[in-house]
Amino acid sequence: MTDGNAGANSGDPGELRSGRGDDPGGGDPPAARTSPRGAHLAERVRAGDRRMLARLLTEIEDRTAVAEAALRVLYPLSGGAHLVGVTGAPGAGKSTLVAALARAVRASGRPAAVLAIDPSSPITGGALLGDRIRMQEHAGDRDVFIRSMASRGHAGGLAAASVDAAAALDAAGFPIVFLETVGAGQSEVEIASIADTTLVVEAPEMGDEVQAIKAGLLEVADIVVVTKGDRPGAGRTAAQLRAMLTVGAADEAEAIRRAEAHGRRRPKRPQVVLVTAPTGDGIRDLLDALDRRAAGRDASAVRPARLARAAAQLDAVLAERLRARLRDAHRRDEIDAVIRAVAEHELDPYAGADRVMALVEGSPSGG
Amino acid sequence: MRFRTLGDIEIADTYTPLDLADRDLLAAVGFPGQPPFTRGVHATGYRGRPWTMRMFAGFGSAEDTNARFHQLLDAGQTGLSIAYDMPTLYGYDTDDPQAEGEFGTCGVAVSSLADMEVLLDGIPLDRISTSMTINSPAAPIWAIYIAAAEKRGYPRGILRGTTQNDILKEYIAQKEFLFPVGPSMRLVTDTIEFGTRELPEWNTISISGYHIREAGSTAVQELAFTIADGIAYVEDALARGLAIDDFAPRLSFFFNAHSDFFEEIAKYRAARRIWYRLTTERWHAQRERSTWMRFHAQTAGVSLTAQQPLNNLTRVAVQALAAVLGGAQSLHTDAYDEAWAVPSADAALLALRQQQVIAAETGVASTVDPLGGSWYVEWLTEEVERQAWRYIEEIDAMGGMPAAIEAGFPQREIADAAYRYQQEFDAGERQVIGVNAHADPDETLAIPLLEVTEESRRRHLDRLARVRRERDPLAVASALARLRDVASRAGSTEANVMPALIECATAYATLGEMCGVFRECFGEYREHASV
Amino acid sequence: MIAAMTDRRIRVLIAKPGLDGHDRGAKVLARGLRDEGFEVVYTGLRQTPEMIASAALQEDVDVVGLSILSGAHMTLVPRVCRALRDEGLGDVLVTVGGIIPDDDVAALHEAGVDRVFGPGTTIGEVAEYLRSSVRPRETA
Repeated sequence: MTDGNAGANSGDPGELRSGRGDDPGGGDPPAARTSPRGAHLAERVRAGDRRMLARLLTEIEDRTAVAEAALRVLYPLSGGAHLVGVTGAPGAGKSTLVAALARAVRASGRPAAVLAIDPSSPITGGALLGDRIRMQEHAGDRDVFIRSMASRGHAGGLAAASVDAAAALDAAGFPIVFLETVGAGQSEVEIASIADTTLVVEAPEMGDEVQAIKAGLLEVADIVVVTKGDRPGAGRTAAQLRAMLTVGAADEAEAIRRAEAHGRRRPKRPQVVLVTAPTGDGIRDLLDALDRRAAGRDASAVRPARLARAAAQLDAVLAERLRARLRDAHRRDEIDAVIRAVAEHELDPYAGADRVMALVEGSPSGG
Repeated sequence: MRFRTLGDIEIADTYTPLDLADRDLLAAVGFPGQPPFTRGVHATGYRGRPWTMRMFAGFGSAEDTNARFHQLLDAGQTGLSIAYDMPTLYGYDTDDPQAEGEFGTCGVAVSSLADMEVLLDGIPLDRISTSMTINSPAAPIWAIYIAAAEKRGYPRGILRGTTQNDILKEYIAQKEFLFPVGPSMRLVTDTIEFGTRELPEWNTISISGYHIREAGSTAVQELAFTIADGIAYVEDALARGLAIDDFAPRLSFFFNAHSDFFEEIAKYRAARRIWYRLTTERWHAQRERSTWMRFHAQTAGVSLTAQQPLNNLTRVAVQALAAVLGGAQSLHTDAYDEAWAVPSADAALLALRQQQVIAAETGVASTVDPLGGSWYVEWLTEEVERQAWRYIEEIDAMGGMPAAIEAGFPQREIADAAYRYQQEFDAGERQVIGVNAHADPDETLAIPLLEVTEESRRRHLDRLARVRRERDPLAVASALARLRDVASRAGSTEANVMPALIECATAYATLGEMCGVFRECFGEYREHASV
Repeated sequence: MIAAMTDRRIRVLIAKPGLDGHDRGAKVLARGLRDEGFEVVYTGLRQTPEMIASAALQEDVDVVGLSILSGAHMTLVPRVCRALRDEGLGDVLVTVGGIIPDDDVAALHEAGVDRVFGPGTTIGEVAEYLRSSVRPRETA
C-alpha cells in the first residue's frame, strides 16, 4: 500500500492526490467559481446536450473543479425534480421495478432519469455495473437517461456525488430521477433515505424473514414495494408488512412526541404496495402515488428529507474543502510528521488532529 | 503441487481397493444392461449396435447443406444432424432486419417449408434419423420437418430423430431464448405430448449439458444442471397428465466430451446412475426403458484452438475416445477448423474418419465398459455423482430449475467456474498447447476456411420471396389464426399447438410468422440475471 | 481519511452486438477488468449498434469492448463504429474480441476499431492495452 497505486479508497496518508491533473483550478474554490469549462458544460447541459450531461456526471463522480463550477450554475436552476430513492436487498427486483416505473413515466409523456449505484471493489477499486441489463427496454430512448455509478468508497462523498448527479439531471430537464442503490451498507441506505421519496423493495419469500427488516430498511421507507406480485406468497408478504407497520393512534402520537423532543425525524409510516413489474400491474398506481407526493412537496413529508440532503451535501463539501487545504504541498511534510508521530504512539490522535487543525486555521487551536 | 481434474476435483496420486472399501461394489456398479446402468444401458454395448456417427452440419442455404449431407452419408455417416443459423434459432426469417449479417454463418437458414424441402431432398427419411439443434422455435421447426416428410409421402408415425428442444439450458447457458420460461415450458410439454401420441419413434427432447459446459461450467455442474433440467421437464409432463412410462423412454440427453479423459468417462457413468435412481425412486417408472439415460456426445468446441489448428485433431480424437468408453449412443466429432468457421468439406470428412478409425481399428468397442472396475474410474464416478447430487438437491430446495434460473443460480455458478478457469489460464496453471505453451508468435493462418457466399444468400432470399408471393394467403391467414387461438389459451392437451403449427407449415407460413404469433401471445424473455 | 477519495477511473462498456448469445467471453472479461480496477458497464445480450452507442454516450465510457462469435462481425462492428461517430463518440476506444481472420482484422481497423483481441489473450494484456491507449476526454 505504499506504491501509490492502491485503491482509490485507500486511507494511506501517502496518497494525497488531486482530482484531475488537467484541472486548472485544482480544488481551489475561487478558481472553480470561474472555470470556463464548468460554465460551458453547464450551458450545454441546460441546452439539452446529452453527451455533455454524461460528461458532467463523470466530472461529478471524479469530484473535479469543473463539476463544482458547473454545479454552481446549475444548482439554483434545479430543485424541481422529484428525487426517488429505490433500495432493497440484492435480488429484490429494484432494477426491474425502476425500468417499469420509467416505462410508466414515459407513458405519461415525461422523460425519466436513473442513477444506478453499485459497489466498487474495496480491493481493486474496480466495479461491475450491470443494472442496464434489466433496463434494456429503454435502450435507445434518449428520454430515458440511465447512468451507472460505482460507489468508489467515498466516505460520505457518495451521497454528495449522487445528489450532485441528481441535481445535474434535474437541471437537464428530467422531472423525475430514480436513485437506485443496494440496500446493504450504510452509505447506500443513506443515499436512498435522503431522496424526496424512498421506496424500499421487497420480493416475496426471499427467506424466512422479510429482508428489509433484517437490513433495517423499513425505517427509511416512505413506500414499501412488494415486487413479483404474481408469485405465490406475494400477498402474504404484503399483509405481513402491513400488519407490522400498523401502529395505533395513541402509540403514533407518542412516537412523534418523543421524536420531536429528541430532535429526530418523525417516524415514517410507509404504505405497502404490491406490483408485478413485467406486466405493469400496480406500477401506474405507484407512479400516481409518487406524483401525488411530488405535487405536495412543500408538505412536511418531504421537508425533513430535503434538510437531511442539504446537510449531507454541506458535510461532504466541507470535508472536501478540508482535504483540499490539507493537500497543499507545504503542509504535506508537517502532516506526514504528525502521522508518523501518531503511528509511533508519540502523539495521541486527538493531539495530532489539534496540530493538523492548527495548520489549517493558521493559528494554534485553543487547547 | 495439487492435481485437479479440469472440473476442479482433487485427485490423489494413485487409487487402490481401499478407496472403494465399505461398499458392495458389484451392487453399486452392476453389470452392463442392468440397473443402475453404470456400465451402460445395453448388455451388449457396441457389439450389438455401434454408436451412431452423427455429424452436426449446416451452413448457407438449404442447397449448400443438402450437398454436405449427401457427402457425409456417402462417406459412411449413419445419422443426420441439422445446424440452423442464428436467425432461424431466434425464429426470424432471413429477410427480417434482425437477421442482418447473420445468414448462414453458424448453420443453415430455414425460413419456411420450401427451404426444408430442399434441405431434405434425396434423404431417405424412413431410414435415416435426423437430429435438429433447435430450441426456442423447436415446435415450429419440427412442424416444418413433419410437413416436409408428409409431403414426400412418409407418414409421421415412422419418422425417427431428435429435436433438441431444451429451453432451460438456453436461459442457463446458450442464451438463445425467445419467450418467458412459463410459455416455453408449455411448448416443450406440448411437443412431448404430441410426440408420445403421434411420433413414437421421435426423441422430442435432448436434455443438454453440452452448452452449459461450453459456457464454462465444470463437469459436475454440466451433469447436475442437465439432470435438474430433466427433472423440470418430467414434472411438467406429469402435470399435463402424461404417464412416466409413456414418455420417459423418448427423453434423450446430450453431453460434452471434454479433454479430461477420465473425468468425462466418470461423468457419463454417473449420469446413467443418477437418472436410474430418479426415474425409479422419484417417479416410480415401471418400464426399464424409462430408466435408461441415452445420450449423444459432442467433442468440446470450446477446447478447439484457433492457433495451430491441426493440434485440434488430437484433442478431438481423445475426447471422442472418452465418449465411446463412456457409452455414448451417438457422437459428433468437431472439425479441426471449427474455431474459425463452420467446417470445410475436407475438415468435416476428416472428423468423421476419426470416429471410423476409433470404431474399426482400436478395439475399444469390442468389450462393454472396459474401464469398469478401475479403482480410479469407479472412485471418480462416485465423486462426480456425489457432487452432482449436492447441486441437484440444492436446486430442488430452490423450487426446481425454473426458479433457480430466475434467481440466477446456475448462471452465476457457471460464470464463477469460467472466471476461475480464465484466471488459471492467465496464470499459466492451465496450459493449452499452441496458445500459452509451445506457441508460435509468427504463426499465420494456413488452413482454408469455408465462406458463405452472397449467391447462397440471394438464392435463399429469392425462394423466401417466391413463397410469400405464391402461397395461398387465405390458407396462411386461417392457419395462423388457429395457431393464435390455441397459443393464447393455457397449455393443455386440447390447446396443444402442434396440430396448428403443422397446418401453418403445410400452408407455407414462415418461421417468422409462426414465432410472431408466439411473441404476441407469450411476450419476450429478457435476461435479468446479473454478471 | 486525509487522502483524496477519488481519482480518475477508466470506464469500459462491454457489449454483445447481434443475436449471438455466447456470452462467456464477455462476462469473463467484464469480471476480469473489474478486478483490474476498471469500472465496467455490462449491457447484456442482443444489443443493436444504436443501443450500444446510446449506452456509451450515457455512461460516458472511455472504451467500448465488443464480443462477437457468430461470424457476423463484418456487418455489425462497422455499424457500431458508425453509430458511435453519429453520437459524437469518435474518440472512444473500440476493441473487439473474437476469432477473426487477418483479412477481416485489417478491414475492422479500417472501419474504426482500435484493437482486435484474438483467442488466448489474457485479461492482463487487455488491461495493459486499455491503460496505455485510453484517450483523454474533452469537455467541449
